[in-house]
Amino acid sequence: MAIDNLFKDDATEEKGERARMASFIGAMAIADLVKTTLGPKGMDKILQSTGRGRSVTVTNDGATILKSLHIDNPAAKVLVDISKVQDDEVGDGTTSVVVLAGELLREAEKLVAAKIHPMTIISGYRMAAECARNALLQKVMDNKEDAEKFKLDLMKIAMTTLSSKILSQDKEHFAKLAVDAVMRLKGSTNLESIQIIKKPGGSLKDSFLDEGFILDKKIGIGQPKRIENAKILVANTAMDTDKVKIYGARVRVDSMSRVAQIEGAEKEKMREKVQKIIGHGINCFVNRQLIYNFPEELFADAGVLAIEHADFDGIERLALVTGGEIASTFDNPESVKLGHCKLIEEIMIGEDKLIHFSGVEMGQACTIVLRGASFHVLDEAERSLHDALCVLSQTVIDSRVLLGGGWPEMVMAKEVDELARKTPGKKSHAIEAFSRALISIPTTIADNAGLDSAELIAQLRAEHHKEESHAGIDVISGSVGDMAELGISEAFKVKQAVLLSATEAAEMILRVDEIITCAPRRREDRM
Amino acid sequence: MALAFDEFGRPFIILRGQEQKSRLRGLDAQKANISAGKAVARILRTSLGPKGMDKILQSPDGDVTITNDGATILEQMDVDNQIAKLMVELSRSQDYEIGDGTTGVVVLAGALLEQAEGLLERGIHPIRVAEGYEMACRIAVEHLEHIAQKFEFGVTNIEPLVQTCMTTLSSKIVNRCKRSLAEIAVKAVMAVADLERRDVNLDLIKVEGKVGGKLEDTELIHGIVVDKDMSHPQMPKHIEDAKIAILTCPFEPPKPKTKHKVDIDTVEKFQTLRLQEQKYFDDMVQKCKDVGATLVICQWGFDDEANHLLMHRNLPAVRWVGGVELELIAIATGGRIVPRFQELTPEKLGKAGLVREKSFGTTKDRMLYIERCANSRAVTIFVRGGNKMIIEETKRSIHDALCVARNIIRNNSIVYGGGSAEISCSIAVEAAADKYPGVEQYAIRAFGDALDSIPMALAENSGLQPIETLSAVKSQQIKDNNAYCGIDCNDVGTYDMREQNVFETLIGKQQQILLATQVVKMILKIDDVISPTDY
Repeated sequence: MAIDNLFKDDATEEKGERARMASFIGAMAIADLVKTTLGPKGMDKILQSTGRGRSVTVTNDGATILKSLHIDNPAAKVLVDISKVQDDEVGDGTTSVVVLAGELLREAEKLVAAKIHPMTIISGYRMAAECARNALLQKVMDNKEDAEKFKLDLMKIAMTTLSSKILSQDKEHFAKLAVDAVMRLKGSTNLESIQIIKKPGGSLKDSFLDEGFILDKKIGIGQPKRIENAKILVANTAMDTDKVKIYGARVRVDSMSRVAQIEGAEKEKMREKVQKIIGHGINCFVNRQLIYNFPEELFADAGVLAIEHADFDGIERLALVTGGEIASTFDNPESVKLGHCKLIEEIMIGEDKLIHFSGVEMGQACTIVLRGASFHVLDEAERSLHDALCVLSQTVIDSRVLLGGGWPEMVMAKEVDELARKTPGKKSHAIEAFSRALISIPTTIADNAGLDSAELIAQLRAEHHKEESHAGIDVISGSVGDMAELGISEAFKVKQAVLLSATEAAEMILRVDEIITCAPRRREDRM
Repeated sequence: MALAFDEFGRPFIILRGQEQKSRLRGLDAQKANISAGKAVARILRTSLGPKGMDKILQSPDGDVTITNDGATILEQMDVDNQIAKLMVELSRSQDYEIGDGTTGVVVLAGALLEQAEGLLERGIHPIRVAEGYEMACRIAVEHLEHIAQKFEFGVTNIEPLVQTCMTTLSSKIVNRCKRSLAEIAVKAVMAVADLERRDVNLDLIKVEGKVGGKLEDTELIHGIVVDKDMSHPQMPKHIEDAKIAILTCPFEPPKPKTKHKVDIDTVEKFQTLRLQEQKYFDDMVQKCKDVGATLVICQWGFDDEANHLLMHRNLPAVRWVGGVELELIAIATGGRIVPRFQELTPEKLGKAGLVREKSFGTTKDRMLYIERCANSRAVTIFVRGGNKMIIEETKRSIHDALCVARNIIRNNSIVYGGGSAEISCSIAVEAAADKYPGVEQYAIRAFGDALDSIPMALAENSGLQPIETLSAVKSQQIKDNNAYCGIDCNDVGTYDMREQNVFETLIGKQQQILLATQVVKMILKIDDVISPTDY
């Protein structure tokens, strides 16, 4: 007797081959989707949100594309997830990881069709991934000792990362910006202290790195526009109506005169507070919360520059760069640490007025001002720059560097092929498949650039058979070139993360033989 | 059938609204139930063993879980059938009781039901089948005790424990680094185990996960990891020899629970109230400072002013720490949770050798490590992995491994895995069957056949010829009279599970057989299913 209602209504179950097919196809569809964005000649995608306003994003960043997709296929979700993680962890290679995982699954599909058990494929993939990683480890270059060379490495990595983005036209300019910014961090990975301000107008070339700190705020009316040797108090305190916070307190009065009295007392209290603040001997006061007109006037009278409503990030960063502490009480002026900077002035970028703090105490922070024709361009530029900054900051920690342009993939593929020949048993088919999947990355790069991939890959492979080859795909000239000479480098950490996460994801999807989808939760129409 | 007639031949209704209810009776009911139970078991069958496959489960909200843990699969499966729900319960109770073997128990129950179906078709009464199963179950459990071996281990010799945990982990996706994970699990359990009472409080082991990094980066921290950061960005990130005040009162003005109103009607009152408020904040911070605390961990939030005062007095603080974590911190640091500022005393402070903040990746994720605690009996396993699903699955696998380690500490008897225990039991049950007169003999024999289905599934999942392999192993067991021959899932080349180091706990196995038999008995006893049809 058949049981037809084992699951709740609308729940579906897919088994065995069908389940495997469904997940393979889903994963490959996702990989194919982002495939065309890979490499320096990769194309962009337009994403339109379904939300109100139908806002449009133009991007080439794998993680951004995948994040915005609504996906129903569970296997595809796995891929979206790994690309997100790649973004969080190293910041770049988000497209490559998805493409590699997709290719691994494509190869696995063929093997499954040839009646090889998924578990055998997995163990083959594992061996291959380990071997590939070792191959990379042998070939890494580490220039940590030599500061000059290291900086050159960073520069190369930044250029390579940026070359696939919208910034590729001015990649040298931006690579320099990014490297300078990261070098200022002195080894910390805290990208928060690099502020990126986007101002439409001008061209991308006009973007610049500012050594100081720029706060996107206006100076209060009637207050000094320029302060030298500023002493800054950074605060997070209510400067509107300073309420009594004791629970249940309320004002109850019986006549108008009383109201006036209380109002007076409130004003007095605010005046006192302002006096206390000024008593710190400052000439600039930055508050996270609003400053009402009354205290602002008081500050103006005292010749203190008061900046209101600097958002939380701004205030934290300001405290960080000026070396002050974020204060909320003002009773002990002698022990509060004030921030210092040489010069505060109002500057104009395009049509907007900004406040510029220069000559700050801590040299770590800096601001990158991006200029560009439209918001879309700026958004994409910010994403690209963010990628570059992430990669650079990670490289500062782990200074191992590889060549780019498909070189690492070819190196890995060669080693993996060797391994396949040595391994007995069915696993060797899987290992071979792994190497084919690796080669598909340079193939895609070449395809995207409109080159004859089959020809190029064959040449590359031949080149790599020689010892110590530096051959990779030179997309600009459309031929096989020496990557070391062309100065195309990638961070080891990124490649390693791509390799490991892609294998892990492929493994996970391969292990599945059944998909059970619960009935989607219905939105209840409550009457 | 459900209609009765009175003496005038008029039908009268026994069951209210019976025409709206679908009803199954007698043999039909039993068969329907059996096939439902079998259907559930069939889903899990392919997940059994080291080469078992995973399932993707998509929840009603679209979240994806990939797992191979029987209990998790069934829990999330959203079944509607009553009998299927019983099976879900079955695997859940195995999970609560033992923590491992949740797949095996369902597969065994499914096999028992399948055998019962054959017996029912021959006209054997279900109760007789149930009784036969009961007897066979007793035989099998006794036999297990007979073939079990004591496992000697000590605080220094944890190798046997590690081996057993590895058997559990080998069927999960994490089997790539099962060795290190097993060691982590065993060390964690040993750290919190009470060897004299032979018990382990698993609540003391916190499993925390963070996306990113590799599986190999998973580590055991002798202390607590809290997913929080310091309340003020400029507080020190590194505190040595911390004295921790653990508070459950907010750094905020008091909020008495009785309703009250403070009326302000004069300027003086306004000012006194203000002063009081200021003093209040000052007092709170001062009290923490007075008792000598160097770190404040608070369950609630801070007012901006209080936050600054804390920072100002150089007293780092963490806010919004969850209740469970707070308790763990209290246990680990040997401190007391203090509900009021007035009750703070130096003795109630917890002590930790090192408190530090650690940041991950390119995002601003930070976590707080509290290490080298006064009392090392609370530990954290910190899982890293490529994506969220891997982390969740790793957490589940570690939970299983922890349970297994605990079970061995409770009772250090083990049996050999790879289906060897089941095969041995099946031989014993079948040998015993002949001694029983009556119909039960058939049921007992059927039980033996059902036990065979576990090694059979193992062999099938490993890509071996199921029947050939099973018969080879079985004959070898009988020939050599040893109970250690099992299915060679990993293609090592030997049937001997002692050489392969595949162990399972005795109580886990016994529990599996007992629970599966119980549920099957229950299902067999049902002869009427009344369910309301859709309205």
